[in-house]
Amino acid sequence: MKLDVRLPAGLMLTTIGVLLAGYGAISDRAIYARSLGINVNLIWGGVLLVAGAAMLLLSARSARD
Amino acid sequence: MTLSLLDWLVMLVYLACVIGVGVALRRSTTTSVDFFQAGRAIPAWVCGLAFISANLGAQEIIGMAASGAKYGISTSHFYWIGAIPAMVFLGVFMMPFYYGSRARSVPEYLRLRFDEKTRGFNAISFALMTVFSSGISMYAMAKLLQLLHVFDAPFAALGLGPEYIFHVCVVASAVVVLVYVWLGGLPSAIYNEVLQFMLIVAGFVPLVYLGLRDAGGWGGIRAAVPVEFTHLWRGFGSAATSPMGVDAFGVAMGLGFVLSFGYWCTDFLVVQRAMAADSMAAARRTPLIAAVPKMLFPFLVVMPGLIALSVHGGVVPLKMHEGTNALVLDALGKPQLDYDLTIPTLLLRYFPSGLLGLGLTALLASFMSGMAGNVTAFNAVWTYDIYQAYLRPRASDAHYLKIGRLATLFGVAASILTAYVAAQFNNIMDVLQLVFAFVNAPLLATFLLGMFWKRATGHGAFAGLVAGTAAAALHHGLTLPAGALPGVKGGWIAITASYPSEMAQNFWTAIDAFITCLIVTLAVSLATRPRADSELRGLVYSLTERPRDGALPWYERPAILGVVVLLATAALNVVLF
Repeated sequence: MKLDVRLPAGLMLTTIGVLLAGYGAISDRAIYARSLGINVNLIWGGVLLVAGAAMLLLSARSARD
Repeated sequence: MTLSLLDWLVMLVYLACVIGVGVALRRSTTTSVDFFQAGRAIPAWVCGLAFISANLGAQEIIGMAASGAKYGISTSHFYWIGAIPAMVFLGVFMMPFYYGSRARSVPEYLRLRFDEKTRGFNAISFALMTVFSSGISMYAMAKLLQLLHVFDAPFAALGLGPEYIFHVCVVASAVVVLVYVWLGGLPSAIYNEVLQFMLIVAGFVPLVYLGLRDAGGWGGIRAAVPVEFTHLWRGFGSAATSPMGVDAFGVAMGLGFVLSFGYWCTDFLVVQRAMAADSMAAARRTPLIAAVPKMLFPFLVVMPGLIALSVHGGVVPLKMHEGTNALVLDALGKPQLDYDLTIPTLLLRYFPSGLLGLGLTALLASFMSGMAGNVTAFNAVWTYDIYQAYLRPRASDAHYLKIGRLATLFGVAASILTAYVAAQFNNIMDVLQLVFAFVNAPLLATFLLGMFWKRATGHGAFAGLVAGTAAAALHHGLTLPAGALPGVKGGWIAITASYPSEMAQNFWTAIDAFITCLIVTLAVSLATRPRADSELRGLVYSLTERPRDGALPWYERPAILGVVVLLATAALNVVLF
């Protein structure tokens, strides 16, 4: 089975991360009243983006080797 | 609350990824070994995450949070007592027989070790059970999404009433699972289970963080809920004081041994993931790797229950009769809480647009991982253990591959049908689940004797399974949990004993079935002719060469990993004692 699962997982997390963080950067602060005033979209989107990018990087590195 | 475009986009990204994995694997899934066994070529860490994810269905997530709100942190017993020791046992002691025997399924191992009738009994009951489980889970999920009301507005815009939410959820989720399993078989399900695992974690970590912050941390929860809710073992000295109605012995023996080992060590749904590993060492490491996230999962799925009890005087909604919206009252006339809505309530309370889409996608992912687990186990058992064994034994590999794909279609269609039957006749589903519980309860004794006692015979195993199943039914028919009416809850023959809770009755029914199966298998085996030692090599402990782990680095040795996992679990028990 020649599929490095880090590739689809990395793509999925990166895309969701970009969507959430991007929305977090431009959205109205008022919507974060329910998340205790924390811009969870920006923070958690950023975390998912970093995790996804790390997976893509590892996948690309192992494909090169 | 309605869903924004971003929430829909997050769901679409997930769906595109899972279907994309199926499409990517389509070309490399060309033989039945690829389709049903993932070519036995999957790395241990992927198998480990798939192992845990296949078990992490929506019912588990919703049910564990509900139980967390009802019983408190002692719900973690289902993980720390009811899963980890059995997973360690599977990895260290049992995988060498499953993997080493080259059996393609758990029922096939029973044929190799015992005989055809024992395999047939297990294969047929297991195949039926997987279809029904997946249908019941589908029903629960679709019902929940309907109750959330987040889809009401888009459906209304299309001129469709809220009842269509149920239909669309059932059909759409089934079609997605069908597409990716049809295309890529077991490898597609396994790789997607890894994605689903990551999404479930990504969706629930922020929920627990926000909830804990709102509740004032663990200290805030301790101040808000009854003291036994924040202690694992408080009150377990006797059944009368235990929050679950079961004493420590009942928990250790019923949950920690019979039910837990019976499920984790013999259920093909999870064992199939380990059997897909690329080597014996990887297969043995699979449940041990899975044990690490499993150990931490109570903080993700049980904690929301405690959070929902603690914040703002408790936010678990009241239970209402469907249709009339009248409150459901208990025997004392007090309104009952709808614990199953714990997770959805918290998602809607804390998640803004964007993260709400991720939370809903996590629920969807948990449902699909559970369903795909059932469907892939079903198509393998149907094709290998029923179709090839009894209907068409000597067909080409391409034929069995085609049958596997058709079995996937049939399994999904039967699951949808079951979901609708469940929607119409709730009691029928309860009865079916009960019957399967009876069948499953004695299996552990069959496997333990089969793997560790070479004298056990096929006649003994079969007689033990039938007697154990009958003993479970008899025990259930003669006992009743407190407050329940005779019928599907028990006491349908006569009421000779009463249990403080349904859970206590379940535990003791399983213990009774196990002991009966053990005794009958022993007795009948001693009275019948055993097979020659030469036929049992690789199938029985005393006749099988021990796997050599000496060449492996310490962090890959199953015994060392097992000890580390058990010590960590013991430490969690001490901290939350």
